[in-house]
Amino acid sequence: MTLELRGITKRFGSLVANDRIDLTFEPGRIHALLGENGAGKSTMMNVLYGLYTPDEGQILIDGEPVTFHGPGDAMAAGIGMVHQHFMLIPVFTVAENVVLGHEPTGPLGIIGLEQARTLVREISARFGFDVDPDAKIEDLPVGVQQRVEIIKALSRDAKVLILDEPTAVLTPQETDELIEIMRQLRDSGTAIVFITHKLREVRAVADEITVIRRGKVVGTASPTDSQAELASLMVGRDVSLGVEKGPAEPNEQALEVAGLSVLDAVGSPVVRDVSFTIRGGEVLAVAGVQGNGQSELAEVLLGLRKATAGSITLDGTELLGKSVDQVLRAGVGFVPEDRSKDGLISSFSIIENFVLDQYAQEPYAKGPAMQLGVGRQKTAEAVEAFDVRTTSIDDPVSTLSGGNQQKVVLAREMSRPLRLFVASQPTRGLDVGSIEFVHQRIIAERDAGTPVLIVSTELDEVLSIADRIAVMYRGSIVGIVEAGTDRDVLGLMMAGVPPEEARQEAVEHPTAMHEVEGEEPS
Amino acid sequence: MSVSAPTRPTRDPVLLAPISWRTPIIMTVLAALALFGFALFTPAGLESTIELTGASAAWQLPDLVIGSRAAALALVLVAFALAGLSFWTAQNRRRSMAVPVVFGICLVFAFLIWAVAGNASGLPLPFLLSTAMTAALPLIFGAFAGLLCERSGVINIAIEGQLLAGAFLTAVLATVAGNAYVGLIAAPVGGALVGLILAVFSIKYRVDQIIVGVVVNVLVLGLTSYLFSTVLSDDPLRLNNPPQLPALRIPLLADIPVVGEALFNQNIIVYAMYAAVVALHIGLFRSRWGLRVRAVGEHPKAADTVGIDVNRTRYRNVVFGSAVAGFGGASMVAAGLAFTKEVTEGRGYIALAAMILGRWSPTGALAAALLFGFADSLNRVLNNIGSPVPYEILAMLPYLATIFAVAGLVGRVRPPAGAGKAYPS
Ligand SMILES: Nc1ncnc2c1ncn2[C@@H]1O[C@H](COP(=O)(O)OP(=O)(O)O)[C@@H](O)[C@H]1O
Ligand SMILES: [Mg+2]
Repeated sequence: MTLELRGITKRFGSLVANDRIDLTFEPGRIHALLGENGAGKSTMMNVLYGLYTPDEGQILIDGEPVTFHGPGDAMAAGIGMVHQHFMLIPVFTVAENVVLGHEPTGPLGIIGLEQARTLVREISARFGFDVDPDAKIEDLPVGVQQRVEIIKALSRDAKVLILDEPTAVLTPQETDELIEIMRQLRDSGTAIVFITHKLREVRAVADEITVIRRGKVVGTASPTDSQAELASLMVGRDVSLGVEKGPAEPNEQALEVAGLSVLDAVGSPVVRDVSFTIRGGEVLAVAGVQGNGQSELAEVLLGLRKATAGSITLDGTELLGKSVDQVLRAGVGFVPEDRSKDGLISSFSIIENFVLDQYAQEPYAKGPAMQLGVGRQKTAEAVEAFDVRTTSIDDPVSTLSGGNQQKVVLAREMSRPLRLFVASQPTRGLDVGSIEFVHQRIIAERDAGTPVLIVSTELDEVLSIADRIAVMYRGSIVGIVEAGTDRDVLGLMMAGVPPEEARQEAVEHPTAMHEVEGEEPS
Repeated sequence: MSVSAPTRPTRDPVLLAPISWRTPIIMTVLAALALFGFALFTPAGLESTIELTGASAAWQLPDLVIGSRAAALALVLVAFALAGLSFWTAQNRRRSMAVPVVFGICLVFAFLIWAVAGNASGLPLPFLLSTAMTAALPLIFGAFAGLLCERSGVINIAIEGQLLAGAFLTAVLATVAGNAYVGLIAAPVGGALVGLILAVFSIKYRVDQIIVGVVVNVLVLGLTSYLFSTVLSDDPLRLNNPPQLPALRIPLLADIPVVGEALFNQNIIVYAMYAAVVALHIGLFRSRWGLRVRAVGEHPKAADTVGIDVNRTRYRNVVFGSAVAGFGGASMVAAGLAFTKEVTEGRGYIALAAMILGRWSPTGALAAALLFGFADSLNRVLNNIGSPVPYEILAMLPYLATIFAVAGLVGRVRPPAGAGKAYPS
């Protein structure tokens, strides 16, 4: 089945998320949609899947115009989608999730669970998945959850399968397996829409590439084009891939973490016996697949979470057991994982957000009174220094784009003398320009002699800014390795393989993407 | 083949959560309270009489007569032993529901034996259980209503109002028609109408569900009280004098000692309740309807993406659930009692507690509601046979039972993840 988008426009208020998009997806092809964060890729797919109604334009199946009133219609038409944020019910089993909405039923609407299990087993067998139909989703690692999503789409005979940023949660090896699955599906005649902002992946699998920028189709590219060409098409200007940084010059300052363990709300361990040291002037990146305890580790450092064992000493002072306020006053800068939820108060102005963690201290306050003038002046300076694009610092921070919001958070955390800087997913959801900027500021902080801890699930980011890399798997540190470590090795470590074994394994079984990378010097 | 992540559930064998000593500690404290509160002070030489068969039973068993002091102390000692056992199970990280339940039964009997020590008429156990069932009925249906709504993602604080509306319509229509069964048809309609208000405001207009629920309760209370003191009070005989719903005795089964009367010599509402438990349990956990409802309550967006109409599901469940609560309201006037102002006396809220204690499952809610119903009827029966405990203290029993049960037994409960949040349409 051929699926065509013709002149699709979708607006959110004044923002045009999709601007007259024309696209065609053909059976037996892997069509990659490449675009930066915020380019409008997910919006377009949600239109295609019936979740949003387009403001203008048409969807055509085999040349016939169709109208979708909801995802049900799109599914009935043979469109399946693996969403960027998985649409699985955590407390249901795999089989229940797969059949939800098209359950096999017996008398009185009783669900035929055996049929559901068989369905899961059949599709799993076809692709060599090892998925237990009776496992609960919440007990499964994200990589497996994604397979459940794929099984779910295939169980409805999807002729067009949309994968929205499917590799964001995978290790390189898992990505490799996913690519294999995509090829298998393509060869059996499925049209695959592969959405990503990672150039390397596009070049590895795509049959054709469409690049989207600011809601518009800006061109098509061939998988044989170089990474730099793809990057400049995606961003609209030449970009340097990677951060310029000199070698680290460690000093005497240090953060020492020893034997740290943390339990989650239901009492299962999320961080286990973690120990490491970061010297001043050095960036330690914590890599790992999402949900392996990295975020919790960062939160414990700030005092947002309690540890059950261990110690955190900064220049000899114990941080554990101190309140967040005390930790901040001890000179810890912290960029939380979710800026819109934990980093900013969206209805507050930029000034108010800027003074958020120091409003009660000198120089922003004198006794009980806030010194509004001081706040205004310092904010104006910081906005200038951090290149926050805004019309007025009195505007609510919610009016800024994601990248500029993140710059406000960074400006706040870095505008005071720091003795430790911790950032969780500092560039998640940002456009390339902002990513570059954020990385430069982080390296500048390092070069000022501060110990820096970065938590990131993006291997590219880890590789470009880390001086040393700690890989976490199920709450433990699998190993701490040097900056130049091969991405395949890191990928295996992210699946829990110890460094030595990982090195061997990576040499014996390089991933497909590794080969792509090898084609050109980058 | 490269190494991929494990595909089976992973549970950690090495690092474990700290042991929770809450249940054993609460049990020990309760046993100590029983020991020093009454067991030690049971007068020596008195005897406690407990009736085992009701008046209508085909086979009559002789009353059980035991030495009060020895029996009460023995039961409390067993309770201490069970508390000790519970320390052991906690230490070994086992979970047992049986230990706290047997513990509770021991303490309750110790208390009863002390309370009726030397009392000539003795404790009518079959009657006590029978009234416990009657008292539990509105709680059971209320809890069902709560879980029907909440499983689909709408918190139903308005159970109180739905019970009240059901009771009111039952009383009036049964009186007017001169037929108790007509009241039973009217009751769910009353509940559903109240539910419709909750549904429209919380689903369509996305007003905070708790706030709408509370407002609805106040509204129904005001309305029924107003009608009661004006219209109904003007002509109580022709408007508020419902006929009694007859008890339907099931031969043989009703003759079973101790529990026969309570289970099988009851009006049709009780039998309907049995059917409802089974139907709801199967419906929620085995049927397509239940899977979809739970999906909507847990993760509405995910349900939406597989083509389930989230808000329609919620509408249906809220209205249906509220009808169930309304039906439960009928049980409060089923004995031929007239409707009075606020006849529900906060039972809607206790029903909500029963739902939570029962972890949003029909069987759990049933057990919890029976527990509260028992506490309620105990208070009345003891008051009737004349007990040494002041009435005011006894009247607190159902609520104390609620607090202890929720605090001590529930542990970590997990409500449906999507409950309380409106879904954009
Ligand atoms: N529901 C929404 N309401 C308002 N704005 C939205 C909504 N969804 C997306 N946007 C905006 O539309 C733009 C495109 O978003 P999206 O399609 O998610 O981008 P991509 O998937 O390419 O990263 C972004 O600027 C985003 O902020
Ligand atoms: Mg997206």
